[in-house]
This record gives sequence, structure tokens and C-alpha cells, in this order.
Amino acid sequence: MARSPDGPPPPPVVQKLRLRYAKRGRLRFSSHRDFQRALERALRRAAVPMAYSAGFNPHPRISYANAAPTGAASEAEYIEIALARRCDVEQIRAALDQALPPGLDITQAVEAGPGALADRLQASIWQIELAGLDPGDSAEGGIRDVVRRFLAAERVEVQRMTKAGLRTFDARDAIVAIKVEDAQASRLGQACAILRVVVRHTTPAVRPDDVLSAFHAVADFAPPSPPLVTRLAQGLLDEADGSVTDPLVADRDDDGA
Amino acid sequence: MPGPTDAESVFDRLERLLPHISKPIQYVGGELNSTIKEWDAGGPNTVRWALMYPDAYEVGLPNQGLMILYEVLNERTDALAERTYAVWPDLEKLMREHGVPQFTVDGHRPVRAFDLLGVSFSTELGYTNLLTALDLGGIPMLAVDRGDDDPIVLAGGHAAFNPEPISDFIDAAVLGDGEQAVGAITDLVRTWKEEGSPGGRPELLFRLARMGGVYVPSLYDVDYLPDGRIQKVAPNRPGVPWRISKHTVSNLDDWPYPKQPLVPVAESVHERMSVEIFRGCTRGCRFCQAGMITRPVRERSIEGIGKMVEAGLAATGFEEVGLLSLSSADHSEIAEVTKQLADRYEGTQTGLSLPSTRVDAFNIDLAKELSRNGRKSGLTFAPEGGSERIRKVINKMVTEDDLVNTVAAAYGAGWRQVKLYFMCGLPTETDEDVLQIADLAKRVIQTGRDVSGSRDIRCTVSIGGFVPKPHTPFQWVGQTAPEVIDARLAKLRNAIRNDKRYGKAIGFRYHDGKPGQVEGLLSRGDRRIGKVIRAVWEDGGRFDGWSEHFSYDRWMDAAAKALAGLPVDVDWYTTREREFTEVLPWDHLDSGLDKDWLWEDWQDALTQDEVEDCRWTPCFDCGVCPQLDLDIQIGPTGRKLVPVTIGLPPSYAEKPAVGTP
Repeated sequence: MARSPDGPPPPPVVQKLRLRYAKRGRLRFSSHRDFQRALERALRRAAVPMAYSAGFNPHPRISYANAAPTGAASEAEYIEIALARRCDVEQIRAALDQALPPGLDITQAVEAGPGALADRLQASIWQIELAGLDPGDSAEGGIRDVVRRFLAAERVEVQRMTKAGLRTFDARDAIVAIKVEDAQASRLGQACAILRVVVRHTTPAVRPDDVLSAFHAVADFAPPSPPLVTRLAQGLLDEADGSVTDPLVADRDDDGA
Repeated sequence: MPGPTDAESVFDRLERLLPHISKPIQYVGGELNSTIKEWDAGGPNTVRWALMYPDAYEVGLPNQGLMILYEVLNERTDALAERTYAVWPDLEKLMREHGVPQFTVDGHRPVRAFDLLGVSFSTELGYTNLLTALDLGGIPMLAVDRGDDDPIVLAGGHAAFNPEPISDFIDAAVLGDGEQAVGAITDLVRTWKEEGSPGGRPELLFRLARMGGVYVPSLYDVDYLPDGRIQKVAPNRPGVPWRISKHTVSNLDDWPYPKQPLVPVAESVHERMSVEIFRGCTRGCRFCQAGMITRPVRERSIEGIGKMVEAGLAATGFEEVGLLSLSSADHSEIAEVTKQLADRYEGTQTGLSLPSTRVDAFNIDLAKELSRNGRKSGLTFAPEGGSERIRKVINKMVTEDDLVNTVAAAYGAGWRQVKLYFMCGLPTETDEDVLQIADLAKRVIQTGRDVSGSRDIRCTVSIGGFVPKPHTPFQWVGQTAPEVIDARLAKLRNAIRNDKRYGKAIGFRYHDGKPGQVEGLLSRGDRRIGKVIRAVWEDGGRFDGWSEHFSYDRWMDAAAKALAGLPVDVDWYTTREREFTEVLPWDHLDSGLDKDWLWEDWQDALTQDEVEDCRWTPCFDCGVCPQLDLDIQIGPTGRKLVPVTIGLPPSYAEKPAVGTP
């Protein structure tokens, strides 16, 4: 005989919120699972009236999309939460931001409109800071040369250890654009090359470390110190000009209508 | 003592290593409710503590003892405390390559910069991790080599009741409850600093040795008999006490800590908040060191528990509350506590759990209250011994019928799985005693099938090897050899597996007997074991509590070399039975228990005579209460928890929008 949980079914979902959050500073070393745990506790501390799933182990209804890897900072992560009671969106954002540890910051919140958020996260802009490299160096083997050689290639195979074992895949096709920023000093005052990389979301996802592996493959490139990686944006990709636009615009427009 | 420039954060240097190691989040700090105070928060004579749990962060962070001391110390205006944990070998290797010292996760300051390094030992298997921390921290490994610029290394926790094996490495050990003791030590250190640190380190250690409750091994000499036994342990300086007695906190309601439990971003072994509902235990299980050394029983009141749960949940956001103690169902008002808490948190998805439950105190109402608002957490019962006979030997007064009735209640209330915990290698144990575990487990499954009408019933039998511990009636016994334990467990496994009716419903978990022998060596060892620990560490020994890091052969090889030429060896320390007249290495450390009473209780064990609990029968003269000038502190108080009225959740109500119909 199948067992079923005691008691009435959980209250229905009456409102969905889409949140943009940032993973900053030393909290960039948190994994996606770490963030999930921290978020669920923050929701409870802030007493956000979450909608829960049915079943023996009810859990709060949260959809996670496309998390940045452990060690990468981000200004543009997205989640969707479902509430059992209608709430003021900005109050929820502020309360949740307050309840999360500093460095995990809820930066925007909107009420969800129609359409799936995941469908709008088509591409990312990544910033890769390479301390100790001169961005003005256009000689052979310099960072501009490495980028040129990478972009000139049709395919660049890289390998990465995944849960399913060692995978080999192309890291070139998903790259829409790479720009080397003009000279800038890093935090420590030494030279620092900053790359802005527009990456189309594919399966498997091409991550900033894959791009650096690809640089190694085409030009024997190795960063002189651990690169600092930050996701600056996620959203809709314009293939023509390589721009990535805010995925919550549609929800905001819908909200006002 | 070190100057302020030594206290600079090493985070920038550490950060460069973090991309190359596993689970870097555990080293960055910033946990919710953590505290970083200014280095001179209490002026130039601020007393600075580095508190260490000598195991991985995921195990050490939830440790209640360390959390309590951290908060108690940081509440003082004249002190600060930061935490440090054992670093995994991947980071240790990089720290050595890049010259990054052992650091605190709060301010990322080098541990050497602190006045005191307090290390909490729940188990002896953390000893090698202490040596790693000292070595990485640039602190001389041997106490005798330390100077005025090095911290005082203090051991605490249950293992500190016999710190002799680590007496080469520590400066002092603190016996008993820590929350009051750290305050007294802070006062003493501050006064000494205010006086201009007269007499340097030796004078400070001398003062610590005289304050009570603190043992300074270097101020005692140990003499040995030709056969290897101890002749005597005596102070080597006038004014140092012959015996050191433990600290005991007398009213738990005065110590509602942790008030602000730490919540890590990283995963830890206990994903819940805990409230200690009482301390001490007088059930009198003869194998249980915790129950013996934490007497007498001191209950927290139902109101005190209610306040801690309320404040803790608000401060953490955890969805489970563990009601912690050595035997939580024994609280005099446990039914009221669980029912009233469940009433309070009705509809909030907040679960209660009792991490340690005696078989006979459990009942169906308790089971229901525990799962009313949250998830059904697992149920674990500990009959400890498989046969009625062996349970009398260990004074675990649980009959087979008690157990069967209890599991029937649990299965009847909807649980489908229970876990049963046993020990193997108990004094006087035979194969037959252990094989009866199989019969018991089968009867549990059959009972579950009968009361639930379902065949979807499981039980897990989990078995640990018994290790004799100091300050218990079994402190004299010969430990069972690992080969004997392994052979008995193999027979038991066959007895369970070969029964087609039940075999698949019974899970069987056990560890081989080898780590237990090393734990036994460290538990009842003396000062001569320090060389063994050092040799193991030098050979790469780390994280001995983790099976993937533990090496039995490494320990045996190191012991053979370090003890060569002495009339003692591993067997002498472990499998040898001691006489009443033998001076035990910890005899000068006073847990309050009368040694004559312990011996009588050991003799009672041999004749299978049981001893009741003094909470509901007359006193058995274990010696603790008169020694500490205390009495047991139990309810019932008859008080009630009122519904929570303060701190109502925010409404987040929408402001009416203009133009909304």
C-alpha cells in the first residue's frame, strides 16, 4: 500500500518572484549547494512566506538557473521563488538581502511575468582579470596575440573533469566575442589584463576556465597568477552585435502593464 | 607575548591558494553570527584566544563546546576569540610551499599571534592534527621549547581528563565545563599582563597551575617502576597542588549559550541548531566516559529551553532543533518540552530531534511530537549490548521487551526504519553475546512487520568497538584485541545475512577493530606515548578519525620504534588488565568520582549487578556531589511555555497601488 503524507495539501503558489543576486568577494568560493543552503536559511530568517512542495519532505519552491562555478564571482545570478501569499516585491528583496551573508547580495527583484526565465538566459558576459599581464602587449605570445589566435581557430578542443568523467568538447564555437580592455592597474598595483568574454550558453557549458584551457591549447598560454573571474551579465543574446540584455526587462514591462 | 604586527591578516596570501583546493569556502570565514573584534578591543592588555577544533571545519564548526566558548569570550570587553580548524592535506601542502601559517577563519590571523591557543578534544584521534597546527603555526611543537612570544597551548574537552599522552605538546589542560573556566583564565592572564608579565611564561604557567581546574604537566614529575608501571606522579615545585579537580557549572539557565549559533555557508555534519537541555548523566552505563565525568545531572528549565530555541531559530534560520544531552529523553519534563515546542512551532516546518535517546524512556507521544512540524528524522536507539547478560555487565538497564515495545511504538507511528547501536569487545563478552544482536534485530523487524502490516520495514545495526576510558569503572579492563572483535563481527554478519526471511531488511554497519586499539592506546596512555604520536605525525599521520587517512600500520610501526627499550608496548597499554593498586596515569586528575566506588562498580559488573539511577533512587556514593559541593539539579518545574508573542514575522504586505480596483 502506497503511503501518503498526513494533513492538508500545502497552500498554492500565489506569486512568483525573479531575483538577481551577486556572489562577491570571498563568498565567490561558495559552491552552488552552499548558496542553496544559505538562501533557504535566509528565507526562514526573513520569514518570507514561501510556498512549499507537497510530499513527505516539503521543501520551499525555488528554481535555480545556471549557477556560476565555485571560485567565480558574479554580478548576475538568477533565481525564482514561489510565495504562498502576495507580498511587496521590494520589501522581500531588502529583507532577504539583509538575511543573507554579506557577499551574497540580492540586487534586483521583479514579479514574474509569462515565459520561462531559463529561456532568457541565453548568454553570459564574463570578465577575466589576469594580474601580471600587460594588456598593451601585442607582441607574439602577448595576451592580444593569444586572443587573436584563439578567435582565428575554427574549433579548440579542451578537456574538463566532470561528474561523468573526463569530457572533451569544443570551447570555440560558444564564444561570441572576446575583448581585451585597455590598460588598467589591478588591486595590487601591478599590470593587469582584463578580458570581456561573451559566451553563448551551450551543453556542456563553456566556462571561463575552459576558455583559458583553450588559450593554453592554441598558444601554450598560462596565467602568471590565479585569474579573477566575474560574471557581469546574463540574458538575451543579440547574435548580430554580441550584446547581452537584461532578462528581467520583460517582467518589469509586464508588471507595469 | 607577540606584538600587534604579528597579527596581520594572511588572507591575501591564502586567497591565492584557494582556487587550487577542495571546498575553499571552509577557509574564508564570515559565518553568520561570527565576530571579528579589533586586535586591541580591550586595550593593550586584551586577552586573545585562538580556539581550535582539531578536525575538519565541517566537523568542528557545529561543535557546541567551541561555539559556547567563542561567544562567552567575545562578550567580554577585555578579551577576543577567533576560531581555527584543521586544514586538509591539500591546503597544508600549499601553505608549506607558500609559507602561509595556521590561521584563524575569523580575522585570518596567524595563531601564533594569540595569547592562548585553546584546543577542544572530543576524541584522542585529533592529536596528530594538533601537531600539524602547531607546526604550521610556527609554534615550537614541544612545550619545553616555547618562549614568551608563543601562545599558551591549552587542551580541553573530554580527552583532557587524561592529557598525559599529549603532555609534551600542551602547556596546560583544563578539566571540566569550560564556560566559566575560560573567564577565570582570562582574568588571570589579563592581571598578569597588566602587571607587566612578571616572570614571563614560567610564572604564568605557575599561576595557572595554582588557580584550580588547570593542570600544567611540566610542573609534575612521573616516576616509573622497573616493570613499566607508574610509581608516582608528584608536583616538582612547592605551591603546586597534588590533585587537580574539574570545573562544574552549577546552573545551566545562567549559561544560555550559544545565544547566536554560528551558521556556515559551507556544509557541516549537523545541519541544525542545538540546545543543550541538560548536562551530566547518572544512568551509570559503565563504558560511558561522558556520563561519568560530567556528573552531576544539571537540567536546563523548560523556560530556559524555550527561550534558547526561540532566539536560536531567529538567529539562524535552521529548520531543525536538536535537543541535546547525553540521554535527552531523560529530561524530567521531556514530554512537556517536546509537546509545547511543537505547539509553538505548529505550521512552520520546524522539526525537533533528540540526538540521543534511551530505549526505555521513549514513547509514542514523544515520537509524534518530534515529527509534528518537520521531517521525520531517523530514530536511533542504543541497546549497546546484544544479550541481557552483557547489558547487565555494562549497566545498560534495558530489557529486550523494552526495546521491542519501543520499536513497535515507532513503527506503529509511521517510522519505517530504526537504527540500533551496539558495541563489540565489551568486558567478559563472548561470541554468544554478540550473536544475540542478530536475534534482536530479527525480532525488531518481525515486530515492525506485525504492527505496520507492511513488509517495507528496515533496521540498521551499527556496531562500534568498545574502547576502555579513564575515569570509568572499566578503566582497569583489558581491551579486547582487534582480531577477536573482527572475528565476532564476521560471525554476526553471517548470522544476519544467512537468514533469508530478515537478512535483506537488516543493514549492517561496522568498523574493524584496529582504530579502536589506537584510540585505546591514546585514551589510557601515559607520557611515554607522546613519542609515538610525534613519530606518527612525522611519518605523515593526519586526520586519524577518518578511515581514508588512518593507518594502523603507521601507528604500530611508530609505537614499536618509540617504545623500544621500554618494558611497555601497545598490548601493555591496551589489552592488559590493571590491578586496583596500580597508579593510573590520570589518578591525579579528579573528575569527582571516588576511585573506590569506581572499583566497586567494576566488581559489580563482573557479577552482573546493576546500579540504579540516583535521580530516582537513593545516592550510590559515587563521590561527585560532596566533592563538588553540588547536588543534582532536576525538575519538574511544572511551568508552561507561552505561545511566542514577540518577534511576529513581517507581513511584507503590498501597499495598495493607485488605480487598483
